[in-house]
Amino acid sequence: MLAKNKKTKFRYVWNFPGFGGWTAIFFGFLYVPIFVLVCYSFNSSKFAMIWTGFSFRWYAKLFSNDDIQTATINSLIVAFAAAPLATIIATFSALALVRGGEFRFREFSNGLITLPLMVPEIVTAVATLIFFASLGINFGLINVIIAHTVFCIPFAFMPIKAALEAMDPNLELAARDLYSDKTSTFKTITLPLLTPGILSGFMLAFVISIDDFIITLMVAGGGSTTLPVYIYSMVKMGVSPEVNAVSSLMLGFSIFIVSLYWFFNRKINN
Amino acid sequence: MNIQGENKTQNRIYSLLPLWIVVGIFMIGPLLVMAVVSLMESNVYGGVHFKFSLSGYRQILFDTNLFDEIEFNPAYLIIIGRSFMLALVATFISLLIGFPAAYFISRQSNRVKNILIFLVTIPFWTNLLIRTFAWIIILGKGGVIESSFNFFGLLDEESSLNLMYTNSAILIGLVYSYLPLMVLPIYASMEKMDLRLLEAATDLYSNRIELIRKIILPLSMPGIIGGSILVFVPCLGAFIAPDLLGGGKKLLLGSLIQFQFSYARNWPFGAAMAMFLLALVILVLIFNARLNRKHREYASQK
Repeated sequence: MLAKNKKTKFRYVWNFPGFGGWTAIFFGFLYVPIFVLVCYSFNSSKFAMIWTGFSFRWYAKLFSNDDIQTATINSLIVAFAAAPLATIIATFSALALVRGGEFRFREFSNGLITLPLMVPEIVTAVATLIFFASLGINFGLINVIIAHTVFCIPFAFMPIKAALEAMDPNLELAARDLYSDKTSTFKTITLPLLTPGILSGFMLAFVISIDDFIITLMVAGGGSTTLPVYIYSMVKMGVSPEVNAVSSLMLGFSIFIVSLYWFFNRKINN
Repeated sequence: MNIQGENKTQNRIYSLLPLWIVVGIFMIGPLLVMAVVSLMESNVYGGVHFKFSLSGYRQILFDTNLFDEIEFNPAYLIIIGRSFMLALVATFISLLIGFPAAYFISRQSNRVKNILIFLVTIPFWTNLLIRTFAWIIILGKGGVIESSFNFFGLLDEESSLNLMYTNSAILIGLVYSYLPLMVLPIYASMEKMDLRLLEAATDLYSNRIELIRKIILPLSMPGIIGGSILVFVPCLGAFIAPDLLGGGKKLLLGSLIQFQFSYARNWPFGAAMAMFLLALVILVLIFNARLNRKHREYASQK
């Protein structure tokens, strides 16, 4: 009897009572607001806060709102320009930093990549605003694309670096032994093996660009409003049910891309 | 060999060149220009008057009154203090909520662990503005909380709990924004923990509280420190939570800086404030690097 008791205690020694419930509350805290937002986007009432019945009315209204459509198109243009640029820069940097061994500018380059993560976003935002304004750079969406590219580099870099570190360098050496030249080794061995990592980096950079708000708010001029900036101006004017609908769509989109990234990575790891 | 070596160096430089150019021009460049602007005189009509002046920095502490006399003005000091306090409290609350959750997740099977960690990361990748805005629906006048109070007859239709536009509302927003950043590093350090230590301690008659205090807490310290930095730093410069949930009345450092550029149009002062925030963050990061080094030395001594 005593022995049995001791055994149960022994097995469960690392389980603490109440931690499971606490974790449930933790996840509730993270997800209840998102859930509430999505529920309220189906509310038929004209007042965002009062529930009167189920309806798709606000989603339908989105499709007749020209401003939202322009903002969405702007967001997509920026993300489809900034994310590939950031991914290309990140890929070349990762190749040099992971495969380059020890060299003089290593620490400096690592620092440059993480810099956009260290500096508070509001500081990056106003610094970029001052920079563009004082140099008279005013190319509308291109300003936004430049700012996003810089900010997306570290996010694109992380999965690419991880993929390179996980790759077996012997494969490249074997190809070289078999008289494959540098270019064709890169094309036939390195690049195909790295493609999943590059795609993951692209997806993360894309999500970061689509969701970015603070930098865009400061940098974007009048004609280059993106969707988050538009949502912000709607929220500032007062919560309308349309905001709930467009916000729910955005959340759904981000969650979809990140889930895609996750399943994608799990496949690689298996 | 020599030629090949040189070739390799050149290749590295070519592949790092885009990074150096893009981040150098569009990240370091702006920070330098901002540093210069913070040392300029402000123009009455907004923008910058290119003349050296420390007025941007002086304005953080002093104000010029109607009679052109310089007097002490604590308004911005209060904002800095409030930012600091709220960031500290938000970090502490995140730790309280995150620590048990991180521990619980780290003790699950691999499959469950992966799914739970994925669920922790999802909010990080979704739009912070939208997630914060969702709290307006919950806390706001006639929102989820007030209408459920109404439903149970705890509150009559006319009155309001006034949950919005308070420090507590900002605090909820801050914790909600950055909580995943607390859990992930703590989880990472707990996952590596040797469970046999817990067994050994239990065999030596440790109770659960001692297990946490003497084993789990010290071993997950690197994660706790890392997570606290990851939460504290963005809280210090937060803009969205104070703007939406504080209603722009309770300014924090981040929203004050944004305000200077969007409405007040006092660029040198805004730039000086941003430099101040940047300096604070650098101090925190240096402190963190020191702590990490100490920890590593301590670990290698053992």
